[in-house]
Amino acid sequence: MSETSVDAEEVEHVAELARVDLADEEVDAFATQFAEILEYFEALDEVPEVESDADLVNVMRPDEVEESLDQEEALANAAETEDGFFKGPRVS
Amino acid sequence: MSLNAFITEEAIEGDDDGALSGKTVAVKDNISTEGVRTTCGSAMLESYVPPYDATVVERLKDAGATIVGKANMDEFGMGGTTETSAYGPTKNPVDEAHVPGGSSGGSAAAVAAGEADLALGSDTGGSVRNPAAFCGVVGIKPTYGLVSRYGLVAYANSLEQIGPIARSVEDAAALLDVISGPDPRDSTTRFDLDDEGDGGSGDTAGDAAAHPATDSNYAAAADGDVAGTTIGVVTDLLDGADDRVVETFEAALDDLRAQGAETVEVSLDSVEHAVQAYYVIAMSEASSNLARFDGVRYGTSGGYEGNWNDAFARAREEGFGEEVKRRILLGTYALSAGYHDKYYKKAQDARAWVKRDFDDALDEADVLATPTMPVLPPRLGESLDDPLQLYLMDANTVPVNLANLPAISVPAGEVEGLPVGLQLIGPKFGEEAIVRAASAVEA
Repeated sequence: MSETSVDAEEVEHVAELARVDLADEEVDAFATQFAEILEYFEALDEVPEVESDADLVNVMRPDEVEESLDQEEALANAAETEDGFFKGPRVS
Repeated sequence: MSLNAFITEEAIEGDDDGALSGKTVAVKDNISTEGVRTTCGSAMLESYVPPYDATVVERLKDAGATIVGKANMDEFGMGGTTETSAYGPTKNPVDEAHVPGGSSGGSAAAVAAGEADLALGSDTGGSVRNPAAFCGVVGIKPTYGLVSRYGLVAYANSLEQIGPIARSVEDAAALLDVISGPDPRDSTTRFDLDDEGDGGSGDTAGDAAAHPATDSNYAAAADGDVAGTTIGVVTDLLDGADDRVVETFEAALDDLRAQGAETVEVSLDSVEHAVQAYYVIAMSEASSNLARFDGVRYGTSGGYEGNWNDAFARAREEGFGEEVKRRILLGTYALSAGYHDKYYKKAQDARAWVKRDFDDALDEADVLATPTMPVLPPRLGESLDDPLQLYLMDANTVPVNLANLPAISVPAGEVEGLPVGLQLIGPKFGEEAIVRAASAVEA
């Protein structure tokens, strides 16, 4: 058996970090599947360190105001708004 | 009986004149269409109506195409069979008891069934090539940076490209001609610095002269002339494939040799680790990208009371399907403290290794060939219960996304009435080479 062991408690912890509630049966099913999938991912241990070529370049444009969505368009898909703002549940 | 190829059927008329006048196009439902809902196959975005068009949609309209609807797909592009859609599975028009492949299954099914002349899909780990192969049509995954991603709802930014699906190589290439090119609104589309590389006037993302599509004509490359082309056969990807798929693939290669192509065997040691690397990277990026669906700015809110974290978590429980939750959680796990070096960093090493391996192989051959999918299209419902087995089905397609290379899937024949696809992989921005070789497979 692999060193990876994923129990229900660990699945619940990750679900909390990811802000996704899970039903009890989902927690159990994921625990079994995650153990199998993560064991498969462990083959990555065999990968040698490889230097990747850094071919990234920053793409910049002049810092000028351009056309964008107006406030009404930006809010159009929100379930609740107030005075031109998104309205969400309280933070804590 | 309906194939369920579309989530929303709504005609969007283009301009009168253009390269695609009179052509109908199905657009995958993760590509934004102004005023027409775009669900990504998810209940989370059931009522989301984008306030703007994706760049590729603007280009379709400018070219005179008529968009006939938003095509069904695996939820947020996560799946290989189009069975994880919140709007029900799509059927394969070749044999309705089988899946059309995924995640762009609705796009490929619409084209194969004649419900659209052309389609756009998105390919993160094979999502254009897989359904093209399973439905017996042509699909192209362009080089990363050839086609703008502006307006594509992101799943895994560093891997995905929008790509064309059509019934012939020439038609797919003609659609690529329309959608490719620079886009100042998307910094992931390719641009080149001017000679000085000093941030001068040539150094903008919208510098048309510097983009590889500027001087290209992909449709014209579909001339069927494969004489003198060296095709590298990736032997590592034949071992685990269905024997009947390999036989069909070999027969297509015989045909190409008869037309004057030369074949050589190439081996890529790194591909053994490509599927693991792909899923770790894709899931990690997904866990970050899908954080935006909070039920406040967009996404169904569920109207839950309580504090922000609780309401957010409950809205996401309700709005996301099982495969999406699985990938968000695994991605969160792979990036969490203590596991980052074990999974994510190693996956990036594997990615660099895959890139290097492809570069070496493409020094020996003009294009590389593999079966697109190692299996025949599964029956509907057959493969849903085992996520790992589904992930393994992507073995031949994901290395290409890791290396940001172009690839095409072209029909190579049939086994028991089910289509088999042949994949041709080219060097960076070598779309013309793969289009040319693929058009010879059709001949």
